[in-house]
Amino acid sequence: MAETLRFHYEVDGNNFTSAGAASVEVKRKLRQLGFDAETIRRVSIAMYEGEINMVVHARGGSADVYVDKDCITIILADRGPGIPDISLAMQEGYSTAPDNIRALGFGAGMGLPNMKRYTDEMKIETVLGKGTTVTIKVYTNGANKL
Amino acid sequence: MTVLGLKETLNLTVFALPQGERQVRGGYAGDLLSWVMGKAEADDAWLTIMSNPNIVAVATLTEVSCIILCEGVSPDAGVAALAAGKEINLLGSDSSVFALAAQITNLL
Ligand SMILES: Nc1ncnc2c1ncn2[C@@H]1O[C@H](COP(=O)(O)OP(=O)(O)O)[C@@H](O)[C@H]1O
Ligand SMILES: [Mg+2]
Repeated sequence: MAETLRFHYEVDGNNFTSAGAASVEVKRKLRQLGFDAETIRRVSIAMYEGEINMVVHARGGSADVYVDKDCITIILADRGPGIPDISLAMQEGYSTAPDNIRALGFGAGMGLPNMKRYTDEMKIETVLGKGTTVTIKVYTNGANKL
Repeated sequence: MTVLGLKETLNLTVFALPQGERQVRGGYAGDLLSWVMGKAEADDAWLTIMSNPNIVAVATLTEVSCIILCEGVSPDAGVAALAAGKEINLLGSDSSVFALAAQITNLL
């Protein structure tokens, strides 16, 4: 059985300019590994939304990416404030992002809904005052170099 | 039509054009990045007035063939160089988003 590839990224909570760098890097790696364009697009966009959420709402965090032949799993973990009401947060258009963040084009309240839509599985674990871990999974068609 | 062709036909400003031969097959207009991530398709021309560095990552991830800054907006400092480095085509136009979208629609 093929080995799982694992990539780890620290996501800087103070840098909006570099936000998304880990997702762009994962996209490049998945392309090298021969995944199809649609899988790459779904994975990297979902990861980007998670990465941005950690920067905007949680002062940064970490992303662990596990790549298998049949499945790509991403665990986004932060030590931010947590999410008080997950079903509210999942609603399209719901956002607590401040005005300065909205001025950059973020804070549309579509990040978590996009993550849900672009992935096959999504799990949010959150503890108020302690942090949030979002796990997303995309199943692949198995046609890749792994 | 190629991005280069679009640039010549519509007399667009070039901020970065590292991949002028890329095809434009459709378009998306919008400034809210999560909407763009959710709706723009690969090979679209993305029309926006958002000029910060994050547009480069969004263009990379969505695989749009170019970003066109409308309404005479210029990229923020460093964004043109960032786009060139990441192989993202970044163009500009004095037209409104509406007017430019109509022109592009007629060309495709
Ligand atoms: N990692 C996180 N930590 C704390 N709160 C979060 C986190 N991710 C999302 N949220 C909350 O969920 C809301 C909705 O998230 P999202 O759909 O990505 O929209 P947006 O980021 O545009 O506000 C956010 O406004 C925020 O209140
Ligand atoms: Mg978000």
